[in-house]
Amino acid sequence: MENKGLSKVDLIFEEINAKEVLQKAFAMTGEEIIQQILASGLKGRGGAGFPTGLKWKYTAAEKEPEKYIVCNADEGEPGTFKDREILDKVAYKVYGGMAIAGKAMGARKGFIYLRGEYRFLLPQLYVELHKFHKMIKEIGYDFQIEYRMGSGAYICGEESALFESIEGFRGEPRNKPPYPTTSGLFSKPTSINNVETLVTAMMIIQMGGAEYVKLGTKDSRGSKVFSISGDTPIPGIFELELGMTVQEFVTEFGDGDTKAVQVGGASGFCVPRKRFTETIIGFEGVPTGGSMKLFNSSRSMYNVLHNYLEFFTEESCGQCTPCRVGCQQLLKGIEKVKKGEAKSTYLNELIKLADTMKVASKCGLGQSVGNAFRSIVENFREEVIY
Amino acid sequence: MYQTGNLVKELADKHGRQRENLMPILQDIVRKYNYLTDEAMVEVATELDISAAEVYGTASFYTFLDTQERGKNVIRVCKTITCSMKGKNDIIAALEDILKIKVGETTPDKMFTLVETNCIGWCHKAPAMLINDMPYTDLTPATVIDVVKGYMSK
Repeated sequence: MENKGLSKVDLIFEEINAKEVLQKAFAMTGEEIIQQILASGLKGRGGAGFPTGLKWKYTAAEKEPEKYIVCNADEGEPGTFKDREILDKVAYKVYGGMAIAGKAMGARKGFIYLRGEYRFLLPQLYVELHKFHKMIKEIGYDFQIEYRMGSGAYICGEESALFESIEGFRGEPRNKPPYPTTSGLFSKPTSINNVETLVTAMMIIQMGGAEYVKLGTKDSRGSKVFSISGDTPIPGIFELELGMTVQEFVTEFGDGDTKAVQVGGASGFCVPRKRFTETIIGFEGVPTGGSMKLFNSSRSMYNVLHNYLEFFTEESCGQCTPCRVGCQQLLKGIEKVKKGEAKSTYLNELIKLADTMKVASKCGLGQSVGNAFRSIVENFREEVIY
Repeated sequence: MYQTGNLVKELADKHGRQRENLMPILQDIVRKYNYLTDEAMVEVATELDISAAEVYGTASFYTFLDTQERGKNVIRVCKTITCSMKGKNDIIAALEDILKIKVGETTPDKMFTLVETNCIGWCHKAPAMLINDMPYTDLTPATVIDVVKGYMSK
């Protein structure tokens, strides 16, 4: 496997001349823009990692005249806070990325769904948006962006739940297919992209897809903004080239006593110390939307798992049974084992339940509870039992 | 309890009367009065010409659209893993002590409601909380008391 080592990059937060990049983009055809994004190998930065160029291509191919570009700023994954920083520091690049996506697909309207927890940013975001609309008008291009606010529901980060919420309903995920590229917001073809993905797309247009592809590895092109927290002397937001091992990451950010790293938040994977050197952070190893949480040997991994399961139990939308009941039973299950009310072999039954949730749940929430569950129970079984 | 007066009608005029305008209307009512009364939800239903059950069904899905009475200042302390590891319980204890209420309760003068919430995106500056829209980070039991005293004197 390719291993790039750890190196810091400055693409996302770099100040750029947005007007120049947009003029360059608007002079291109939609296909040319999509070709650059495809050539860059960019995969979605929200966590799921769907190739951005393909998403744009599918949306562009739809005949419907009304299309939307939606920016997913409902950053709710525990341990993720990079989208807040991006919006705080370089909102104009988010807007620019949306306009470029709009040009690529033939969409004239964009929505940003911002989580309610970040409402304090809204006044400054509107100031930037006003400037952006003015600039777009000067260039002679028609593209409008509107904000919609969330109200404290993690599930609304799921794309179809987010559409439901913007449309004024409970944030309950839809059945797929149809996928958003065919029928998304207001049942129109929609490309929904993460905040960081849109900024990256703008940088790709500036530097060219062939240049961007030099960063990262075959399966994980480019760089990524990481949200680093937990037992680390330097918590914060760092942009790093993709392709480092967890060991290299821990050497840089650990406190010398790191026993596990949770990669990708509560819905991600727990990597124990013995796997640090062999595990690559990226789509070939452990994928992440940016959440990196370090735990040292003073932490109980039972408490970590318990906290995650409480989180999922509360944030499950309750629509489908595997997720609603599954989350509750996993939580009750580990409590029973801890108290000695169930045998330790009961954990094997719970792992089967988590596996069932993976195949039977309607959306990514229920499907990914098993990631953290399995990786913590299998690697820290003693801590979970005793 | 509060009287909405003309607010619901004004908000419907401002945002529109389509289903997609429901969330912004409910959010604005909560920003002004901190929670939704049954009466307010019925008024919204009437303005948008949908059933009150639809309004309640939507509102009750969202944690921040409270349908129970809330104080003027809603304190939401993050309880997710990093904040929990970095001393969330001490922050809660300090808040319970100064406000003389438990988690989930509202002060008798209706000035403060204390609740716990899931990850608010400040893990690198844990423990953290929101008071209404405003985040407060790197909290200690001493600083959290200063913050609350600031709100008390407002």
